[in-house]
Amino acid sequence: MPETFAFYMFAAIAVGASVLVIGQRNPMYSVLLLIASFGALSGLYIQLDAPFVAVAQIIIYAGAIMVLFLFVVMLLNAPREDAAEWDRTHPLRQPGVTRWGTLLAGLLIVQLAMALGKMSELGAPVAGRSDAATTGSVTELGRSLFTRHTFAFEATSILILVAMIGATVLARREDQ
Amino acid sequence: MIPLSYYLILSATLFAIGTAGVFMRRNLITILLSIEIMLNAVNLSFVAFGRAAGDLDGQIITFFVMTVAAAEAAVGLALVIALFRHKESLNPDAFTSLKW
Repeated sequence: MPETFAFYMFAAIAVGASVLVIGQRNPMYSVLLLIASFGALSGLYIQLDAPFVAVAQIIIYAGAIMVLFLFVVMLLNAPREDAAEWDRTHPLRQPGVTRWGTLLAGLLIVQLAMALGKMSELGAPVAGRSDAATTGSVTELGRSLFTRHTFAFEATSILILVAMIGATVLARREDQ
Repeated sequence: MIPLSYYLILSATLFAIGTAGVFMRRNLITILLSIEIMLNAVNLSFVAFGRAAGDLDGQIITFFVMTVAAAEAAVGLALVIALFRHKESLNPDAFTSLKW
């Protein structure tokens, strides 16, 4: 079953890279590992017959957002997390607290999985009820985006404009 | 074929990893990265549900989530730069005063 194998491989890369992202002290490594996680998710989108989302994931997340993060990490010459003495002696830095946080995250997974287990018809294959020609078609996607969802689409452009102005104003030096 | 529940459990796992990152890390940039992990986990469940339901709305809302993520990253990183200029630190515990 190459399909099942691909799913497990992409899932393992996504989870492993995400765990490493939050395990790093150096934000540079975190950003680069998150790109690997996004690449694996893009493979999962292709398996879900959503090729346009997969390409957008690579272009927008790996190509634009992560480059923005990398740019800021390099611009700030960001210090490592535990560089300062008062940072190392912080009460939340003790290993017991970190283990408690890990335990809580594990409980969250168990709880969500139990909630999923109560739902019916989850065992059916994800692609069982529809054909890939409908959900995988970029033509249909564009038609739906520009007819049924026109207002949301236009509102998105205003959101981007506001974010651009906000970022420019916030990051400006004050003495100018 | 892969059942829908596999995708949902993977999505829940990624979301929990992102939540753990927000609480465990003491670096503003890593916290923003953890938020991106959580947004991606939700995107995965949207696309999986959309595929199971056989319509395109799951993919369309994914685009809007991506747009919001881009706006959030731009404004959030601008705030990080402004904060770093004042305190020379990325630790959220360093920003405890209401005015400087």
